[in-house]
Formats: sequence, structure tokens, C-alpha cells
Amino acid sequence: MNKPSSAGAPPRRAIDIVNASLKRRYARERRFRLIGLTAVVMGLLFVALLFADIIGKGHTAFQQTYIQLPLTFDAGLIDPKGTRDPETLRSANYNALIRAALRDVYPDVTERRDIRALGSMFSVGAPSQLRDRILANPDLIGTTQEVWLLADDDIDMLIKGYIDRDLPESERRVKDRTVEWVERLEAEGRIEKRFNTIFFTHGTSREPELAGIAGALMGTFYTLVLTLLLSFPIGVGAAVYLEEFAPRNRWTDLIEVNINNLAAVPSVIFGLLGLAVFIGLFGVPRSTPLVASLVLSLMTLPIMIIASRAALKSVPPSIREAALGVGASPLQTQFHHVLPLAMPGMLTGAIIGMAHALGETAPLLMIGMIAFIVDIPSGFTDAATVLPVQIFLWADSPERAFVERTSAAIMVLLAFLILMNLAAVLLRRRFERRW
Amino acid sequence: MKKTLIAAAVTLAVTTLSSQAMARDSIWIAGSSTVFPFSTAVAETFGRESSFPTPKVESLGTGGGFKLFCSGVGVDKSDMSNASRAIKLSEYEQCQANGVTEITEVKIGFDGIAIANSKSGPSIDLTLGELWLGLAKDVPNEAGELVPNPYKKWSEINKDLPDAAIEVLGPPPTSGTRDAFVELAMEGGCDSFDSVKALKKSDKDKHKAVCHGIREDGAFVEAGENDNLIVQKLVANPAALGVFGYSFLDQNADKVQGAKIAGVEPTFDTIADGSYPISRSIYFYVKNAHVGTIPGIQEYVAEFTNDKAWGPDGYLADKGLIPLPDAMRASVAADAQALKPMDKPAK
Repeated sequence: MNKPSSAGAPPRRAIDIVNASLKRRYARERRFRLIGLTAVVMGLLFVALLFADIIGKGHTAFQQTYIQLPLTFDAGLIDPKGTRDPETLRSANYNALIRAALRDVYPDVTERRDIRALGSMFSVGAPSQLRDRILANPDLIGTTQEVWLLADDDIDMLIKGYIDRDLPESERRVKDRTVEWVERLEAEGRIEKRFNTIFFTHGTSREPELAGIAGALMGTFYTLVLTLLLSFPIGVGAAVYLEEFAPRNRWTDLIEVNINNLAAVPSVIFGLLGLAVFIGLFGVPRSTPLVASLVLSLMTLPIMIIASRAALKSVPPSIREAALGVGASPLQTQFHHVLPLAMPGMLTGAIIGMAHALGETAPLLMIGMIAFIVDIPSGFTDAATVLPVQIFLWADSPERAFVERTSAAIMVLLAFLILMNLAAVLLRRRFERRW
Repeated sequence: MKKTLIAAAVTLAVTTLSSQAMARDSIWIAGSSTVFPFSTAVAETFGRESSFPTPKVESLGTGGGFKLFCSGVGVDKSDMSNASRAIKLSEYEQCQANGVTEITEVKIGFDGIAIANSKSGPSIDLTLGELWLGLAKDVPNEAGELVPNPYKKWSEINKDLPDAAIEVLGPPPTSGTRDAFVELAMEGGCDSFDSVKALKKSDKDKHKAVCHGIREDGAFVEAGENDNLIVQKLVANPAALGVFGYSFLDQNADKVQGAKIAGVEPTFDTIADGSYPISRSIYFYVKNAHVGTIPGIQEYVAEFTNDKAWGPDGYLADKGLIPLPDAMRASVAADAQALKPMDKPAK
């Protein structure tokens, strides 16, 4: 049953067919490579764009404007009785000191409105800055010092060039008179940008110049530590049981399917669950690292279990058989031999799960973490917020100066994410064994 | 042995938890995201200048705030509720049913809603009626019958308006700003048409649907809760208009300009004296039963209702709050500091 061949043509050899299509096949491969490369380059380009945008906007937040003022620590204003009682020193009117100093420097400013404008060049945090200085060193009382005071966020924006001085006055938040004062101060070298330590040591604030990420960082720290403590043992335990001990039947199949499903559940669902069960039923206090870590543990557990099971699967059965062969009990086999070998993979899974939890906001919205909390939390049951939520709140603030601070906070968050992922990679490189 | 250990650990954990939950020494405020910037500013100053800890302020939205506030009395319920509208009768009754009987209502000022476009675009002056025609789902035709909104350009509504496609960026329905915009601007606009106004008497539900219905053909873009984002989008697109809170207009006066509504520009003064039509009152509510249990509530109310905070020269004015008129401020402050319980709201 030969096929009717075309008239008189010699039979084609396989090599001819291959040769004829070779060029096309090579071209196809080149095309595929090119498409792949373009995809990767595009991806990198967008990442670079994102980083450039965030760093471009945020790098200025690491500096903060200060204004120098010759200031007399008038004993009559701070401590009229001369008792040096810390309570008196604490409650003294330090704003009056600044006003008095301004009167000396700008004797020509007399109108009430102008005096107000002059005073508002300084942050509302400047008086407490002075108070802390006096409390630390009461001997300053009665002396005159050149002090650097925190500038208001509008002045900070002006100095950093975010406010265009050439615009008409009505369109600027900083009025002509203030610009004049600032330019005079600049000419005298009394304005300086310094490293913004407040950003790293303070909790949040409604005043951009006083706002910091310390509170959110501590909240994140407590939340992640507790999440790790809760989810890692449970995750590893569940993985070991399911992988090594559980009988294969309909129940374990059902559990496995459910774990895989849970890994794909939108994270906000866990927040709703946390609100209903942990807060509603068990009365866990709202807005605390405790409830946040409970919710995030639920969220990371499936990821952790799947990663741990994969790590256990990659340990060759010969190890188990050898251990059992020399008389180890199944439990000893697991804990002395299999688990240590699977640990690097499990830890990698844990770190990636933690990185996931670090960047998570959606479930926390439900459990009262979108809150304005100034005080830095000092425990698992203190009200706290976390870094991504802090970024969310700052991004929503009207003050112009929060734009750079939002970007700066994003930079800190990204740095932590990169560090954690790097740790996961290094861990894998260092300890992973191949068979 | 192990079991007893575990049981002991669990009991210990539960007791420490519940004792933690029992004692709360800081004030807990929850509610509107519009009032959030003001409430937090007061909370921070209060924390800095008083001997009490800084109150915790949650941004849940007005409705979410009342839900929590009215869920009962106890340390695990909020002490105060921020609201960008007055409490509704249904919410008040919910409160009463859950034992929150005495509530002090404190009106703190006004918040304007600006319709704005980029500085590089034309300056705009429209009436609420024109705004409604531009944004409503159904509009009356010449015969007074409702037809799907045919307008594509502002100039089709009024020749004096710019010859540009209607494109308005605004907040999504979950936002209090959107509620206020719909109630004040849209409803105010639709009632300037007699045929629609007549509906109010004959068919109230229909009237509401017609007035509150925003077109869904792409002319109104829901741009998210973040007002900063809307400002950025306006700068990028000079032909578009945006709807957001007055404080964002105030902070971004170099980038965007507020549209005049029937000749009235949105400014501090026009909103304060009520001549700018799209403005609303904002409030906070105090649970009187918590006064005395949670320390500092009365002092916080005093701090808020002090002229150095909510007065025309106060720090809240810097944050964009439009203060109440002097006489009203004095009387509200007196009632608030005396924690005078409010009466049942009318609706």
C-alpha cells in the first residue's frame, strides 16, 4: 500500500527533510530566545523604573532641615524658683524661649500675623527638643547657646526644592515674607540639612518632620517573631506527620487538597477570620502584634507546610532505610537524620513565608491595624502598627512632605525584603545537599 | 505530666491575655478617614502635652466606626467615634439597644469638597446643575423625560464651559467623600430641574435613584480612596476634573485649582461662611459611660474643643479643618465639656 508519489521525483531521504527545515527551526529557536530575553529585560526595566522612582522621591527624606538660633535659656522662664525640679523643667513654656529668641533676631517684625509666621518656621516639636536638652543638662539654664532647631515641614520642602520659589505667592504654601527670612538665614549659614535621625527613632506623627518608622518597625518585629514562633513549629510538625507518618487515605488526601487551596486564598479572608474568631470569639486585643501574628500565621502556614513537605521529599529514602536498618526507631530516623537534612529547605520556606508576611497589609486592615499609634510598642499586647500599614497611612496624608517619607519607608521595607530573600538564597547555597 | 503542663501554659496565656484586655489606659477612637487627620493631630498634641498616653486612632470609615462604637460598653469597645456625617437614627437605636445610652455629639467644623483641575487647564466655573448634568446616569431631555446621559463634552451642557470631554476622577462608593459629594453636589444639582424635583413628592425612591445615580460609561472614573493619587492624575491629565477633600486642594495649590461653583471659589472663608455649597459638617461622638473608666476622655474633649486646636488660628486649621463660627464654637465647646448627652436624631 504505497502512497502515490509525485510523478518521477526521487524518493526523499530523511536528511533532506531535516536539512530543509533546519533553517526554520533555528530561526524559531532564536525567536523564542529573543522573546524570552525581551521579557526578562522588560521585567528588569520595570523593576529599575520602580526603584528609580522610589529612591528619587525618597532619598531626600533621610535629611532634615534645621535652623540655627541664638537662644537664651532664660532662668525666669524655665525655672523661676530655681529649684531645678524635673517636673518644673518639664512643664516650662519652651515655646516662649523660641519666641523671645526670634524677637531678638528679628526686631523689625512686630505685627502679630508676622510673628506667628516667624514662629511657624519651626516645628511644633522644637520646644520639646529644647526641653529634652534642658532635662539632660540643667546647667544650661541661664546661658545663651547657638541651638539648631527642627524646621517646619513647609520650610523643609522649600529648602529641598519641592516648593518652587518662582511661583506666584498665592499658589505657594510658603509666603514671600517667609521665603525672604529663609533666604537670609541661608545666606548667614543658619540653615542646614542633617541626617534625619528622627525618622529612625520616633513613632509616627501628624507632623512630617516628627514622623518616624520606629514604632512601625518595632510592631513589625514583634509581629514577625511571634508569627515565626507560631507557624514554623506547627508547619514543620504538620509536614513531618503528613509526609512521613500519616496513612495514605481519603482523609489525608482531603487535608492535602485543603492545604493547597488555603495557600491560594486571598489574604484579606484571613483578616476577616481573625476579626470574627480571634477578636470576636476569643477576645484577643485589637491592633496588637499578637492578633496580627495569629492572622499572619494562618496565612503563612500553608506556604510553610508545602515548602517543608517538598524539603522532606527531597531527602532520599536510602537515608531513612539506612537509619532504620541500623536500628533507629521511626521517630529517631526522622529527628536524627531526615529533619536535619531537610532543615535548610524548610528554613528557606520559612524565610520566604516571613517575607510574604512582612509585606502583607490586607488582612491587617480588618483587625484594627490601620491606626494612628504614636507610642513605640514594647510588647506583644501593645497597640501597634506595621511597616506596610504605616506606608499606606502616610501615602494618604495630605501634607506634601509625607510623599518623600512614604518613599523612604518603602525603601526601608524593600531593604528588609531583599535582606530576607538574600538570607534564604545564602542559606540554600550554604547548607543544601544534593544527592 | 505533659498534659498538665500544657493546660497550665494555656491557662496562663489566657489569663494574661484577658488581664491585658481588661486594663486599657489609653483612649481608643475609631471612625471616619476624613476626621482621621484632625483627630490624630489632637491625639498627638494631647499625648505630648498631657500626662495621659497618646490615644489610639483607627481609620475605619464613618459606618465602621459607629458599628464598633455602638456594639456595647466595655474596654474592648471604642470610646469615641469620628464621623463625617451626623449619626443616623438606625445607628443611634443600635447604640441604645446595646446599652450605649448616653452619647455626646461634638460638631467640630466643616470639610469642603473641591472639584478641581490642573493649573495648566482652563479655570472652570459651573453650577451644581451643570455638574449633575455632566455626571448623572439619566438626565431629563427637553420634554422632561429621563434619558441616558447624552453629554460627552462640557461645552454641550453650557457653551461657556471648556470644549473638553467630560472626565471626572472621584472616590469610590466606599468613601465618605463620595457619599458627601453625592448628597451635596449631585442632589443639590438635580433639584435645580423642576421635572426631577417634582419626583421628590411623587416617587421618593425614584428621585433618590435619579439624583444619586452616577454615570457608568467611563466619564466618571473611580480613582481610589487616595486623594493624593487623584491630584497626581490631574496634573498628568489637564483635561480631567477631580473630586477630593479641601485639605488636599489647600496643600497642592501650586498644582491644581478649585473650580468655582456658581461663582464661588472653594476657599477657607467661603466654606466657613457656608457660601461654598459642597461642604459638610464633621463630628465626633463620645461614649459617656466610658468617662471615668478610661482615663483622659474629658481632657481629650477639652483639648479638641480648645481654641488653640479648633479655633480659626488653631493647629487644626493648619491641617485643613474649617472651624465653626465663633458663637457656635463656644456653645458646642460648653456642651461637649459638660458631656451633655445628645437627643435622639430625627432621621
